[in-house]
Amino acid sequence: MLAELVQFLFAGLTAGAIYALVGLGFGLIYNASHVINFAQGEFVMLGGMTTVFAAAAGLPLAAAVAVAILVTVAAGLALEMVAVPTRNASVVTLIIITIGASISYRGAAQAFFDKQFHTLPSFSGEDPIDFLGAAILPQTLWVLGITVLIVIALQLFFHRTLLGKAVLATSHNRLAARLVGINVQLVLLLSFGLSAALGAIAGVLITPITSTNFEVGIMLGLKGFCAAILGGLGSGVGAVVGGLLVGLIEAFGAGYISSEYKDAMAFGIILLVLFFMPSGLFGKRTTERV
Amino acid sequence: MLKVLASPRGGGLLVLIVLIALLPLGFQNNFHYDVAIRVGFNAIVVVGLNLLIGYAGQISLGHAGFLALGAYASAILTGSHDWPPVLAMLTGAVGVGLLAFVVARPVLRLKGHYLAMATLGMGMIIAIVLNTESQLTGGPDGMSVWVSFGVAGLEANTPRQWYWLVGALLVVWVWLALNLIDSPFGRALKAVHGSEVAAEVVGVDTTSVKVTVFVVSAVVASLVGSLSAHYISFISPQEASFFHSIELVIMAVLGGMASIYGSLVGAAILTVLPQVLTAFEDFEHLVFGLVMMAVMIFMPKGIVPSLGLWLAGRARRPGGEAAP
Amino acid sequence: MTLLKVDDLSKEFGGVHAIEDLSFVIEPGTIHAIIGPNGAGKTTLFNLITGVYTPSAGEVYLDDRPVTGKAPFELARAGMSRTFQNLQVCLNMSALDNVMLGRHMHLKPGFVSGLLRLPGVVRRDREARQMCAGLMDFVGLGNHIHAAADSLPYGALKRLEIARALAAEPRLLLLDEPAAGLNSAETREIDAVIQKVAERGVTVVLVEHDMKLVMGISDHVLVLDYGRKLAEGRPQDIRANPDVIAAYLGTAHAFA
Repeated sequence: MLAELVQFLFAGLTAGAIYALVGLGFGLIYNASHVINFAQGEFVMLGGMTTVFAAAAGLPLAAAVAVAILVTVAAGLALEMVAVPTRNASVVTLIIITIGASISYRGAAQAFFDKQFHTLPSFSGEDPIDFLGAAILPQTLWVLGITVLIVIALQLFFHRTLLGKAVLATSHNRLAARLVGINVQLVLLLSFGLSAALGAIAGVLITPITSTNFEVGIMLGLKGFCAAILGGLGSGVGAVVGGLLVGLIEAFGAGYISSEYKDAMAFGIILLVLFFMPSGLFGKRTTERV
Repeated sequence: MLKVLASPRGGGLLVLIVLIALLPLGFQNNFHYDVAIRVGFNAIVVVGLNLLIGYAGQISLGHAGFLALGAYASAILTGSHDWPPVLAMLTGAVGVGLLAFVVARPVLRLKGHYLAMATLGMGMIIAIVLNTESQLTGGPDGMSVWVSFGVAGLEANTPRQWYWLVGALLVVWVWLALNLIDSPFGRALKAVHGSEVAAEVVGVDTTSVKVTVFVVSAVVASLVGSLSAHYISFISPQEASFFHSIELVIMAVLGGMASIYGSLVGAAILTVLPQVLTAFEDFEHLVFGLVMMAVMIFMPKGIVPSLGLWLAGRARRPGGEAAP
Repeated sequence: MTLLKVDDLSKEFGGVHAIEDLSFVIEPGTIHAIIGPNGAGKTTLFNLITGVYTPSAGEVYLDDRPVTGKAPFELARAGMSRTFQNLQVCLNMSALDNVMLGRHMHLKPGFVSGLLRLPGVVRRDREARQMCAGLMDFVGLGNHIHAAADSLPYGALKRLEIARALAAEPRLLLLDEPAAGLNSAETREIDAVIQKVAERGVTVVLVEHDMKLVMGISDHVLVLDYGRKLAEGRPQDIRANPDVIAAYLGTAHAFA
């Protein structure tokens, strides 16, 4: 009983950590530019796939990961340069542009890599660790550990560094930020780059467990969007809590109720939350000013 | 011709009728008919969706779910229960209408990205149910639809018959939609987009307007789902997939938000383009994505409204042709 | 019979009282002004009366019937209409269509009748178009009847809102800073429009900063400060009220 519970808990936390990273990526870009980036999941795919192919080309794993992050960040910066200057574009138009980007990234991966499933070796062996009767993969601990480190690093960046504070200021009021001398273009590039890097890292972390191919970004992107919305758009804490919740709902739903309906349960609960809290768990409660 | 298409009522409907009547002259084989019929199906759904997204400003990323429910209702009721196709289609539409009515109220209280998430989730849940309840739906493998569509002894079997059926339905629906947006209800629809609170304080029940247009667009999708199930003779849960929902929204946005004729252009381009792009083989999807981005970046309002503005600007400029 | 009665009304936003225990009545056929320093709660009060916000406590009565918690569209159908301080114009529509939106509830705006373009719809729409063009003329927008709303300057949009509110044929018209951002010539025109509206028998409540305008046309003035009633009475009494003078001292709004 307990072993089962712990097993589901770790499965949920692992998936949840990945969703949280994708959700944080959504939030970073949304805060800086008010664009919802439906290509966010493709960053995860690009991170995983590029690492696989760079490693296959003979690079050591660490170097392959570095190349993958660079490639993905370049993809993120390219998106910023293309999408953000589209002024006067409605929310829906921006959504379509990022969906176009996600189709392009997917198409590029399909054309330049391939359509097969690939995996990476775990960072530190495949032997499960016994914990309260549950078998925990070492890679799980890597996923959780690195996610925690990233969250701490982001926290420090936003609250202890001048550049991080500049990003926050821009997200609150772009015009005011520009007036006090913040380079808004730099902040935008930084947010897109950082967001892409988070996605790439998530892709590298999860590939040894779930494997990857050119299409994995779709579902991961949607789950990350769920995490960001469930937590409340633009809230960092919200994205992490939202991501973990989505992961846990899936894992426990699949384990105790029905594995076919695990995704449906996640979406169902998000709908319920939105019905009662229309701006998510940690979203700003705004009263319409008229 | 573009100017007529860009003007709201104009002679657009006449142009559409002539176009539908003359197109078959250029068709060389059944494949051409097939593409045209698919354009027609998509156009009907997208006109409905544009009332919701373009005119009322309420995004939905889940309408493929309604379309698929209509398709499955027809497949199951005509296949396993021997219902007449029209009755099955209408039953499906009523069911979908009720479902849309029930979810509309809580869903449409949400705004912007939260509304996008809720409709996306709703569509995903429908897709998952269709995938999972394999005893009823055949699961991921889908199911065949053997019964031909027909009313009172008249059956649509050949591509030619389907072409005229879909063409006629499209013309009627476009006419109705043009009427609607030019009526007080249509003004209320646009006002919901422009300023909900302004509409409310002059007596518009904005909730009821939003719910109505949501239900109507869902019912239209369901009807087309039923028809296309009979036409293609096969359905699968892919009909309800997130990508299908997105495809419908892209058609509406690419062609032009708040433009009925834009919906037709968007549906035509997005149905034909993938056929053309197969020439790029491995790079098909990459090129498709890039084309989509380019259109939206250079024409953020969509093709038909942007061309309309461009033509109007040219007409006003000295030296350009005078506006009529 | 009083037209509007506000009884012990309160509204809190996260512990801050925007309106606190406010009571007053508005008699039909008068011009009422609500004044007060910035942040006194004037716009919040309008939002509470017209159903845009729900009060934390208290009641609003229209024709002696409680209407607290009713939706704005229900109150509009009961005879209330308003304009907004922060413009709420549908920029995706033409100027004339914005005014015609104001006729909405008088046009039997059914879905099916619109879909089929029944003769009655066409006829009522044509009549409404004429009437609304007349209203645009009335508020001084005769030159802009065929313009797109997003091509109009600020001052014109303020008047467009008044025309839209009038198209609804309200018995009670609430104007939120109709003269804000207008130059003195435009303010005089608005002044004249408001008086003409009142002469037609419409009860007008206006929130306004322009003291000259307020003192010139109001029958009754209510002064708010920090969400509470500071004073109430005829313009000449308000002008002499020491509390009011104290509240306004040090602000930019001098009495003319």
